[in-house]
Amino acid sequence: MIRGTVLINRDICKGCELCIAACPQDSLGLSDQINRHGYRYVQLVQDNCTGCINCALVCPDCAITVYQEPRAKAKSSAQRVPAL
Amino acid sequence: MESAATTNHMEIVYERPVTLTDTPMHYCPGCGHGVVHRVLMEVINEMGIQDRTVGVAPVGCSVFAYNYMNVDMQEAAHGRASAVATGIKRVLPEKYVYSYQGDGDLAAIGTGETIHTVNRGENILMIFINNAIYGMTGGQMAPTSILGQVTSTTPYGRKSDLNGFPLKITDLVTQLPGAYYVTRQSVHTAAAVRKLKKAIEASFKYQPLKKGTCFIEVVSNCPSGWKMTPIEANAWMEKNMFPLYPIGDLKVPKQN
Ligand SMILES: Cc1ncc(C[n+]2csc(CCOP(=O)(O)OP(=O)(O)O)c2C)c(N)n1
Ligand code: SF4
Ligand code: SF4
Ligand code: SF4
Ligand SMILES: [Mg+2]
Repeated sequence: MIRGTVLINRDICKGCELCIAACPQDSLGLSDQINRHGYRYVQLVQDNCTGCINCALVCPDCAITVYQEPRAKAKSSAQRVPAL
Repeated sequence: MESAATTNHMEIVYERPVTLTDTPMHYCPGCGHGVVHRVLMEVINEMGIQDRTVGVAPVGCSVFAYNYMNVDMQEAAHGRASAVATGIKRVLPEKYVYSYQGDGDLAAIGTGETIHTVNRGENILMIFINNAIYGMTGGQMAPTSILGQVTSTTPYGRKSDLNGFPLKITDLVTQLPGAYYVTRQSVHTAAAVRKLKKAIEASFKYQPLKKGTCFIEVVSNCPSGWKMTPIEANAWMEKNMFPLYPIGDLKVPKQN
């Protein structure tokens, strides 16, 4: 399983929950705390994120940065040997 | 910042594009406008055309789009975005020009401009956010509101004898000879967002060919106007809007 994680900008998150619904790993949940705008912001609730970026793609406020373990070097597009 | 795993050895696979300003958006929680803004700005960033792109903002909830989109922007009078974009494109034909409008803007007060812009085959991208309501002014019926839809001006639901039928303006402009690429997309899932991104990319790639207008309808939501949570709104949209406004291409360029 590829490992990843997310960084949520809690100051601009509006707690819409769309990322929670989009996460195939159920990694995200609402905090009990509110941010300065009065919204319950989203946080990681399980350390099982794969870095699939689904949550970031549906976030209307662009509040999510996604990280992932580097994939095996040979598979990265820069290093792939062109098929002859 | 919450992060259970350490990011030290990890690489960033998604981050906010530089083409979106740092200004927090004023939209209601879960509003599709934010997603469309972001996807549009991602494409402009990835294509490296930030300094060669001019956008035109509408009147409606997205009236402040110019505060978020980090490209040259012009605000248009209500409904006139495609006419303003026409002028910009004709004076600066080497620029990538797009208009961004809601359904009240594009399909009610701006119907004339919309039809004639596409009929002239202006070489611009028109982005049309169909949330079936006037979001900004308090949730009044829009031309695109569906039959039976409860809005503040149709409290008993839209009735065809009293309020007319939903206007499928995207189907209408598809018939016009100036339309080069017409598609209807959405932003309610990660897969839908990826498809919208491809459609925007294709539209900007077509623009220098000078073959006509690219028109993208995004079937979107208005959780506040519909009086639903964002999750409920997206489910309502899928169930009630997609049958009338089916997702997919309406006109694709012919292969040479
Ligand atoms: C000439 C003129 N007529 C009416 C209005 C009031 N008005 C402001 S926004 C709007 C419609 C907004 O609906 P839409 O274009 O669907 O945008 P949304 O807010 O739903 O994104 C109207 C009628 C106006 N600003 N100017
Ligand atoms: S990147 Fe994927 S797995 Fe990780 S939180 Fe987001 S949606 Fe869930
Ligand atoms: S989608 Fe974005 S704004 Fe909505 S709850 Fe998730 S992080 Fe917050
Ligand atoms: S009123 Fe509707 S369209 Fe306007 S920001 Fe709120 S949810 Fe979005
Ligand atoms: Mg609208």
